[in-house]
Amino acid sequence: MFERRFVRRARDGGFEVRLPADERRVIAQVLPQLKAALLGDATADPAFKRLFPVAYAQDPEHEEEYRALVGDELLTTRVAQVDTVLETIGLDRLTEDQLFAWMGAVNDLRLVLGTRLDVSEETDLAVDPSHPDAGAYGLYTYLGWLLELLVDAAAR
Amino acid sequence: MRSSSPAPVEIDVPDIEDVVEPDVPWIVLVWNDPINLMSYVTFVFQKLFGYSREKATALMLDVHEKGRAVVASGTREKCELDVFRLHEHGLWATMQKDT
Repeated sequence: MFERRFVRRARDGGFEVRLPADERRVIAQVLPQLKAALLGDATADPAFKRLFPVAYAQDPEHEEEYRALVGDELLTTRVAQVDTVLETIGLDRLTEDQLFAWMGAVNDLRLVLGTRLDVSEETDLAVDPSHPDAGAYGLYTYLGWLLELLVDAAAR
Repeated sequence: MRSSSPAPVEIDVPDIEDVVEPDVPWIVLVWNDPINLMSYVTFVFQKLFGYSREKATALMLDVHEKGRAVVASGTREKCELDVFRLHEHGLWATMQKDT
């Protein structure tokens, strides 16, 4: 109980990750849902629009080309990141590439959850526990905290 | 001296498809969004463009305060690659001709 949590750069260039098992379990439970949605028809779900933004806002022709060129690769990268996190979720040591995959997958989850919750800069994330989306807000807040931890370690 | 009529010359009329777009530079914009963390956005600018922490932070603050910032520029191909990498990292990036 009350384990210390940290992520920090190790001398060999990798990273030490100390996270309680129950938090790792939550991530391991949520990520397969992201993966299933990505492998389903993710682009049709409005909550996923932030994962596949428009490149040419005023130029539908170029946009169509861009989408045809990179759409699959954007999807493949995202699924590969999720797979990497699921494979390494129990580890206390990560390589830099694995840490980047954690960052990417956690950020993708935040983008989808935040879009679904319609989060704005004014949104108070500390919702009442009786709120029907209280669990989603809690997870969103937790993922934000975890991402800060990962970024802080990588930026040092 | 023998005069000869010149051989028919094939004139290479440029196909309209071959006309190269005028070399107008393109710019890559990143737009403010309420989800991405400020620290994460700064980190992505450093990682993708090799910017110093100071420059990346200043760009991130521009995005945050002004709603958008130009983070890179160049040929269309280069900008498209930059936009793609930003999209891979979950940032809201677009590109357009520099006007």
